[in-house]
Amino acid sequence: MENFTPISSLSGGAIIGLAVAIFLYTHGRPAGVSGILIGLFTWQKRDYAWRIIFFIGLILGTLIYRLSFGFDETISMYESPILLIISGLLVGLGTAFSGGCTSGHGVCGISRLSPRSIIATGIFILAALITVTITLRV
Amino acid sequence: MGKNVSALCVGLIFGFGLGLSQMVNPEKIIGFFNLSDAWDPSLAFVMIGALAISFIAFRYIPKIKKPLFSNNFEIPEGKIINTKLILEAIIFGVGWGISGFCPGPAISSISYGYFETIIFVGSMIMGALLGKIIINNFWKEKT
Repeated sequence: MENFTPISSLSGGAIIGLAVAIFLYTHGRPAGVSGILIGLFTWQKRDYAWRIIFFIGLILGTLIYRLSFGFDETISMYESPILLIISGLLVGLGTAFSGGCTSGHGVCGISRLSPRSIIATGIFILAALITVTITLRV
Repeated sequence: MGKNVSALCVGLIFGFGLGLSQMVNPEKIIGFFNLSDAWDPSLAFVMIGALAISFIAFRYIPKIKKPLFSNNFEIPEGKIINTKLILEAIIFGVGWGISGFCPGPAISSISYGYFETIIFVGSMIMGALLGKIIINNFWKEKT
């Protein structure tokens, strides 16, 4: 478990929880990233701006983290572009069907003790576990 | 206006949290699902940290009259467990397991400036659009 980072994980998680709480207080809805994304495709113009602004904030927020911690961390992706495309299509398709992802079902849904979200989270964690186990062996 | 400002703030805080927790790094996600000696439980700790705050938020905030910048709360009340939900979760989980990217971290990882993340986010948006078209035209169902 040499890569385990309990302190930054817990505190980073709490910061995400804080973002969820502020969003619930100001917008009155769950801060599920896929839900916010899917809303772009309902073609209601007056509901566009804040969603795009949220995504810009998401990118800038991570950039601010990098600025304040000296850019020494990188991220690693090992997949070929083809696998990234397949993975992206599946993630997008999956979230569109029920409008939920790790933040929507995993954080907001479980907080509400929503049976749909608890089941969805359990299933997608299991599916990811099986997928990783298979892909690491191949 | 208030809605846009708060969306920006929430995005900034959320993105910072994804950076600090390193969830923006697909390697951390794959590490969580790789049950070997190199197992990395970090993802579970991120969930615990987030849930500790959001659980309280969802318990008390919806009791106020109305959200600050909106007329009413829009919290999904659906309770139906159906094929669509299960299928969604399986498709999502397989996609997540292939790359280690889910929507939030994928978008926030654009800040690292790698071409790969752009490929992923582009495909994810296409997938979401395709899913939305399928639901609207071929799979009408009450949830």
